[in-house]
Amino acid sequence: MVHSRRDFLKTTSAAAAAAGLSTLNASPAAASPAPPYSAGPSPSAADPTLKELALRALDAARSAGAEYADVRISAGRTQNVFTREARVQGISDNESLGFGVRTLVGGAWGFAASADLTPDEVVRVARQAVAQARANQKALVRPVVLAPAPVVPNGVWRSPARIDPFTVPLAEKVELLLAANQAALKVKGARFVNSRLFFLRDEKTYANTDGSMIVQTIFRTQPSVNVTAVAADNSDFQSRQSTDVQPMGLGYEHVLDARLAENATRWAEEAVQKLSAKPVDVGQYDLVLHPSHLWLTIHEAIAHPTELDRAMGYEANYAGTSFVAPPEKVLGQLKYGPEFMNVQGDRSQEGSLAACGWDDDGVAPETFLIIKNGVFNDYQTTREQAPWLDWWYAKQGIPVRSHGCSYAQSWADVQFQRMPNVSLLPGEQDLVWDDLIAATDRGIAIVGEGSFSIDQQRYNAQFGGQLFYEIRNGKVVGMLKDVAYQMRTPQFWNAMDMMGGKRSYVLGGAFNDGKGQPSQSNAVSHGCVPTRHRGINVINTGRKA
Amino acid sequence: MSAPRSLLAPARYLSREESESVAKRALGFAKADQTRITIDSGGQGNTRFAVNQISTAGDNYNAVVTILSSFGTRSGSVTTNRLDDEGLRRAVQSAEELARLAPEDPEAMPELGPQRYAESTGWSDATAALDPTGRAEMVRRVTSASLSAGLQSTGYLESEAGATAVANSKGLFAYSRQTGAAMTTTVRTADGTGSGWAGAAANDVSQIDAAALAARALEKARRSAKPVAVEPGRYTVVLEPTAVGNLVQLLAFALNARNADEGRSFFSKQGGGTKIGEKVLDERVTLVSDPASPLAPSSTFTGEGLPVERTTWIENGVVKNLAYDRYWAQKQGTRPVPLGGSLLMSGGDQSIEELIASTERGILVTRFWYIRPVDPRTILYTGLTRDGTFLIENGKVTRAVKNLRFNESPVFMLNNLVGMGQPVRVSASEDGGVSRGVVVPPIKTRDFNFTSLSDAI
Repeated sequence: MVHSRRDFLKTTSAAAAAAGLSTLNASPAAASPAPPYSAGPSPSAADPTLKELALRALDAARSAGAEYADVRISAGRTQNVFTREARVQGISDNESLGFGVRTLVGGAWGFAASADLTPDEVVRVARQAVAQARANQKALVRPVVLAPAPVVPNGVWRSPARIDPFTVPLAEKVELLLAANQAALKVKGARFVNSRLFFLRDEKTYANTDGSMIVQTIFRTQPSVNVTAVAADNSDFQSRQSTDVQPMGLGYEHVLDARLAENATRWAEEAVQKLSAKPVDVGQYDLVLHPSHLWLTIHEAIAHPTELDRAMGYEANYAGTSFVAPPEKVLGQLKYGPEFMNVQGDRSQEGSLAACGWDDDGVAPETFLIIKNGVFNDYQTTREQAPWLDWWYAKQGIPVRSHGCSYAQSWADVQFQRMPNVSLLPGEQDLVWDDLIAATDRGIAIVGEGSFSIDQQRYNAQFGGQLFYEIRNGKVVGMLKDVAYQMRTPQFWNAMDMMGGKRSYVLGGAFNDGKGQPSQSNAVSHGCVPTRHRGINVINTGRKA
Repeated sequence: MSAPRSLLAPARYLSREESESVAKRALGFAKADQTRITIDSGGQGNTRFAVNQISTAGDNYNAVVTILSSFGTRSGSVTTNRLDDEGLRRAVQSAEELARLAPEDPEAMPELGPQRYAESTGWSDATAALDPTGRAEMVRRVTSASLSAGLQSTGYLESEAGATAVANSKGLFAYSRQTGAAMTTTVRTADGTGSGWAGAAANDVSQIDAAALAARALEKARRSAKPVAVEPGRYTVVLEPTAVGNLVQLLAFALNARNADEGRSFFSKQGGGTKIGEKVLDERVTLVSDPASPLAPSSTFTGEGLPVERTTWIENGVVKNLAYDRYWAQKQGTRPVPLGGSLLMSGGDQSIEELIASTERGILVTRFWYIRPVDPRTILYTGLTRDGTFLIENGKVTRAVKNLRFNESPVFMLNNLVGMGQPVRVSASEDGGVSRGVVVPPIKTRDFNFTSLSDAI
């Protein structure tokens, strides 16, 4: 799932402390500014004392009886600059330093974490994780067995950020946002505008008892703008979010490339146009979906149901299970979509949010096909999970190994299976957005992600969007509003009959992919091309208050 | 650290004295015109279980300090979890550096002077003392019942204990300790055709009866097996308290006065202004928030140190208050009204059995899920029923039905009210974590809008 941007306020201070660790889904409008740091030495992941502390924690875990242990030390920084109209609402920096130790004792996991990065505390926490694993071991039915993974004695990886956002002067960031706001407000009818820059840099040191020692520096950047137009008599209001600018695993260059001020005029014009758009007539339509919209449908209706822990029932209490189950009945058999549909899992696309050198199990991620020629081919896995599919890998003649999908949102959270980038690969024909519209007699074109909701097995979903255009005889004839489509996942993908080619491939994505208890936020990209889907059910969401 | 610490005890937090000392040290480094220090410290412990055994668990401790520095109307904020002198000094310097670089803020409000606060009653020693062994014990009450019934239990238990302090350069100091616990379980039949849920939340974990939760979820799992399809459409529904909480809390998000004044809210009045004074819900509905609620006590101050008091949002269906931040309150010539404290809804005297017995044909809903906004003009949301959805025919629950997607607003739902029961505290967050208290009754309402059918179990 993707977290709601309006998840209910946490009220206890422990929750607030925990929320300080994970600023990824923090609302820019939150009452107390949370998140980074502008000056002074933040500990670098390459710092030899961090490696020493990591080894000390591993030794303590081993001496206390752990058969396996790993430790993650993280020095994270985030920065939020958020504005409305001519006003800067907040500038907040956040730094969080801490470590977590995971232990395996008699096949049961334990995990403990602390912000006090001292030689005594790493030992105490490692022992605490072992003691907790022993408490968890008592009702064990199926012990954890880890798939083998190559030892990485000295791994180093860094996001391909050209400009470290934390080195860019604040004044420049403020100026850029206020210029975008000003451009939006020049458009007649655009009454409000919010804009925001969010940056993250995480320096992670990972070590495990197999002998791996890995240092990685991750960058993430998200510029965003939201324009609201209000009817003169307050009878209607409509917003346009800047969904054609997506979050990326890049540096400040992504902000510059987004050309917010230039685009803000158009976003504002579109918000105003929405006020006079025609309410949609309910019915079945051919949908032409823009990549800025489709990525979220892929996220919800392909990426989540192909998580192996969901398929095996491990997430039943929150995120849910999956219709792509049980594995023995769907692997190599389930027809997910047309033959030209191929979906890839990877953590290597340049600038993607899930990109890394090694996952939080210390495994170098693979690029693998989740859907191959329209048929379900593989699940997302970690070292714990890959052995569950040993029969399938034996049948394929490939070794049992993790795809590298282990991730924890912060040092305070235990790692578990999270989706990599999950992307719909381009079609062979060199088609673009306009080609799909030109080929459509009666349909609706949808741009940008909007409202979204899907059931706990990922069958029934409903998606809105930012902009909706009526297509008649191959042409856009006007704007629609109050549009949402409802779908049943397998039918929806099997109703796909056209897709764009390489030229129209775009990376969308989210910082707020939620899963697990306690719920953790994952950041992933979803690459895709425009697609067309025949005969999809469209509802009208407008009601009179 | 104040609490006794065994190897397993999760309850670490900063005492009042420790918080004061951190605040004093930080304020001592400050050179800004005004400085506010917020300190959140605490531990969280959690245990997950799946397929009838513990899967993962975690215990963590953190203490986070936020510095808000202002020079005139320029301000900047820095958060750090490095509480030594060097860490605090650097955080203060960085916040002041950001503040100097920030533009003038026409909406800046001065820091508050010292305030008086009611003592918070949100602390429980039992919750603070809960350790992984205690959590494993509670979990085992569910997993062993499920195992012996041949069912599959999955679930989550979370406990938190921590403290919040706010201090500023004008001498304001506020401190409160809170605990919270939540336990939820989803039990599925071995063939995967049935799923039942139960959950509870409390400040005091000893008020959560794991065995009772297990019994409810097991019973629901069995009864929900092999559901049949019904036509989507408008139904009379009997909503269990959790389902009511899932939707009623959405109203709270919309209570922002400024959005209403600006014409971008359900609470905007056509032609200008807000709907304060207008009747928007059934006259039996009263909605308040109260930090002193015995069922769901919470902090008595906000992040800027403003006291949180009992506030009536809706009284007998009429809008009484909207939430005003200090700037907007001043601009509109009213007093600030923070959106703090637990959310409490009025109830009635009917039992859920009575609500069912008086229903000729309807749907009984255990809970809703993946609830996301569709249209803020009407507070319209979409989402689905989950883990226990049943058909009511001639006053009786007759069979399990497939899950349904709704497109509905708590506004319409609470206008179409038929009857209500006794309010109880529910675990209303989708993720099962400790969150703001929600105390709501079971209700019966008509014309609830289900728009499609789901095959998900």
